[in-house]
Amino acid sequence: MGLKTWALKKSIWLYHANVGACNNCDIEVVDCLTPRYDVERFGMQIAESPRHADALVVCGICTRQARPRLQELYRQMAKPCLVLCIGSCACSGGIFRPCYHFAGPVDKVIREVDPEAIIAYVPGCPPKPEAIIAGAIKSLGALPS
Amino acid sequence: MNPIWAIPLLVGATAGTIVLGLLSKFIDRKVTAWVQWRKGPPWYQPAVDILKLLGKETVVPEGARMTGFLLAPLLGFAAVCVAATLLWWVHFNPEAGFTGDVIVVLYLLTIPSLAIIIGGSASGNPLAAVGAGREMKLIIAYELPMLLAILAAIAGSSKNFQLGSLISVSTTGIAATIGCVLGFIVVLMCVQAKLGLVPFDIAEAGCEIASGPFIEYSGAPLAILFLTKAMLFAVLPIFVITIFWGGFAFGSIGAAAASIGKYVLVLVVLTLVRNTNPRVRIDHAMKFFWFIMTPLAALALILSMC
Repeated sequence: MGLKTWALKKSIWLYHANVGACNNCDIEVVDCLTPRYDVERFGMQIAESPRHADALVVCGICTRQARPRLQELYRQMAKPCLVLCIGSCACSGGIFRPCYHFAGPVDKVIREVDPEAIIAYVPGCPPKPEAIIAGAIKSLGALPS
Repeated sequence: MNPIWAIPLLVGATAGTIVLGLLSKFIDRKVTAWVQWRKGPPWYQPAVDILKLLGKETVVPEGARMTGFLLAPLLGFAAVCVAATLLWWVHFNPEAGFTGDVIVVLYLLTIPSLAIIIGGSASGNPLAAVGAGREMKLIIAYELPMLLAILAAIAGSSKNFQLGSLISVSTTGIAATIGCVLGFIVVLMCVQAKLGLVPFDIAEAGCEIASGPFIEYSGAPLAILFLTKAMLFAVLPIFVITIFWGGFAFGSIGAAAASIGKYVLVLVVLTLVRNTNPRVRIDHAMKFFWFIMTPLAALALILSMC
């Protein structure tokens, strides 16, 4: 493992994107920053601009409105980067799968831009903060070394 | 001094300031974590952040002016390196400075802010333009009280625009002491604004204009911008302590401990102010600096001259 990958794994900055979530997963994602879970222990921080981010944290089914914007967000990020699909909706569409505004699960939408994208799935409605942290840490193993 | 020595001096001072700046950033983040009842990052976190950014892709947006966008971070970095060298040099050899080096250091410390304005304007992003405009207004707001307060310190001690003499000559008299303490308070507020820490982080404003001038930066230029900010976080407290608090001495263990204590105390005060205040609006910040801090600094100057 090179120095570059080591540094990347020790310092993941997150950009939080809500692409049609019910706000429940967003609350759980923000929970990870609170004193009880404190992801800054692992060097994780919320980044303010997608250009600074290393991981795109996506919540919600990808709606038709959000789809081009999510793809643009992924294009704007500096590579190498990760995508974390938080919650059942982001992973598969969940109970909203047959709805008219559903524009494909998040992984398909991202893979249209970059077939090689590293995508981690954290299912749950909403997933626990522990599960989100575990998913984020596991996805680091998929980074190219 | 032989000019050949300037290069190793510059490299040494830059390396030292980078180490000190990253450690100071760690102290800042750890104290912030403690204030919020968190555990906080490991001690090497700021260094790892810089390393990671150096290894990432550098994106130059389509609408950006490439030259200005990529050169601006280097300009700010270079200015901080030279300012750090002047400050360190004076500490190891108090005779070394020249008349007016206080003014040179002040000029050099303004350049990083100007570099941020240039870089933000060159990136072609509307939010970066808003941030650059705010940074400009903030400079106009804090420069006057800062200069007045530093003038108060100079009038109260050596009456000489030389860093070396400011370290060796101490203030005498009650009025001058009160003036210098007032000046110290004013300068700490101005340093807060210069570093872009929370009550005055109007130019970056994370959740409002998405880090303003930095919004389009990624990879190595962003690493240099963050490194410059980390170095400023070390250089500005050193500068303030040099002018107002007798500088640093490493002759004996007691003196060294006192020096480190002074430095950490200033850092912690800056961090605590950052953690206990909300962000103010730009017009409130200008009113604060012009109508509260400037009269206070003027009073400090008058008291010091008595």
